[in-house]
Amino acid sequence: MIAELVSLLVVFVLAMFVGFEVITKVPPTLHTPLMSGSNAISGITIIGALIIAGRGDSVVTSWLGLIAVIFAMINVVGGFLVTDRMLEMFKKKPEEKRS
Amino acid sequence: MNPALIKLFYLLAAVMFIVGLKRLSSPRTARSGNWIGALGMLIAIVATALFTGILTWTMVIAGLIIGSLIGLLLAKTVKMTAMPEMVALLNGFGGGASALVAAAEFLSPTSEVGVGAPFHVNLTVGLSVFVGALTFSGSLVAFLKLREWITGRAVTYPLQKTLNALLLAATAGAIVWLVLQPQAGWIFAILGGLAFLLGILSVIPIGGADMPVVISLLNSYSGIAAAMTGFVINNEGLVVSGALVGASGIILTQIMCKAMNRSLTNVLFGAFGSTVQQVGPGAGPAVAAGAKVYREITHEDTAVMLAYSKLVVVAPGYGLAVAQAQHEVRELADLLEKRGVEVKYAIHPVAGRMPGHMNVLLAEANVPYDKLLDMDQINPEFEHTDVVLVIGANDVVNPAARHDKASPIYGMPILDVDKAQNVIVLKRSMRPGFAGIDNELFYEPRTRMLFGDAKDSMKKLVAETKVVE
Repeated sequence: MIAELVSLLVVFVLAMFVGFEVITKVPPTLHTPLMSGSNAISGITIIGALIIAGRGDSVVTSWLGLIAVIFAMINVVGGFLVTDRMLEMFKKKPEEKRS
Repeated sequence: MNPALIKLFYLLAAVMFIVGLKRLSSPRTARSGNWIGALGMLIAIVATALFTGILTWTMVIAGLIIGSLIGLLLAKTVKMTAMPEMVALLNGFGGGASALVAAAEFLSPTSEVGVGAPFHVNLTVGLSVFVGALTFSGSLVAFLKLREWITGRAVTYPLQKTLNALLLAATAGAIVWLVLQPQAGWIFAILGGLAFLLGILSVIPIGGADMPVVISLLNSYSGIAAAMTGFVINNEGLVVSGALVGASGIILTQIMCKAMNRSLTNVLFGAFGSTVQQVGPGAGPAVAAGAKVYREITHEDTAVMLAYSKLVVVAPGYGLAVAQAQHEVRELADLLEKRGVEVKYAIHPVAGRMPGHMNVLLAEANVPYDKLLDMDQINPEFEHTDVVLVIGANDVVNPAARHDKASPIYGMPILDVDKAQNVIVLKRSMRPGFAGIDNELFYEPRTRMLFGDAKDSMKKLVAETKVVE
């Protein structure tokens, strides 16, 4: 068990460094889409929520699982879609003006 | 399927998240990057649903449908001006989901977590619930503040810091207790409650102008919460993705703090902007503030001044978002550009209520992103700028930050708009901004005040500019 924990810790620390490297290159103009997009990624907790909601081992955990799936899904769907809506607007040359 | 093979799908998802984030380094590739991330998420969800041996589908399907519909509705209906609230809310849901997963795992009779589990497993449960619940309630308070359903100002009361410190200590105590006595289920409920309360009480004393820091920090927490939950359910996918988001939030927090020249501790515990500095007796638009005199300008004169300029720089702030004047700004810029006037935009890192807030607003109004210049790029240009239009920005253009050691914002890097030939400040009244500090810029000889609602003023400027010969 402790070996699992340590190997997860290794993964965690290395992923943090990858994160720092990648994110530092994001220009300030995209900081809001970065937040909403990375936020959608933190909805990965949906994996855990699905496992618990689908295990059905007690009434309490099933309901907790359901709420967790809903929360995580709002996070995922809302996050990626709203990021797309924002990124669609970032253009170099403006098109026909919208009213 | 062999559990080890499922992990390959999670690895694929994590790689796609990293590639997606990498493509955010340029507005050209960003949109496809976001879709690569979304596809990674889809792969993770489908792999989990099909290959982890789900027994009861009711809750799974119901949750997926309800959550997707709410997410879809939120994403499609939210106004661009309400983006800070939206991000705060999404942070909260992420944190809440992570806390719930950890809680369910602890309470589940079949999992390896809880009673009888080694202490380090229950430690990760405790941390996961702590960070998750804190993120959830803190984000909700940030959301309510940004919506102005509760006051956006810093709320302070006696012994606030002491109380928060005690709460934090109690939460730490509850985690230790949980690790030592996992059979005591009630301590688990107390831990959740304490973390929830701490989230509320630690965001309440933070004023509106400091919101960019808080949102970035909560963003980071939501990632850390997901990573912690990964430790609980022993899943590398969650750990990697959570760490990426955690790192992203930390970087943004650092950038925001640097842009305000303040430490994170100062932002979190300084209660900036709890009081409003009164400007002379009976401060208001009609009176000169104390001995200091400001000068007004009409829309007509402003339009003439703009029309005969070579270079005009727009310095937007939160007021632009409140007035929703971004489309009118663009319209005015179009008119000026037709006359051969060059128009640029000066974006301070903490203008608005979250990182990149102004960029999103102006992008919505179809302003090309290469005209939005960062503070470091635009500051050398103010010297040969004819007119700066300050629209709803305040503290980020206050020259006191450069020289007045007594000023609370001393040392904060600012847009040097006062170096331009003319400065026109669009403002509702002479009331100080969110940080509650009077702005010397308003009394400079080269500054003119244009009072009124920003959207209304911009409309008048557009009309007046059209008739300038």
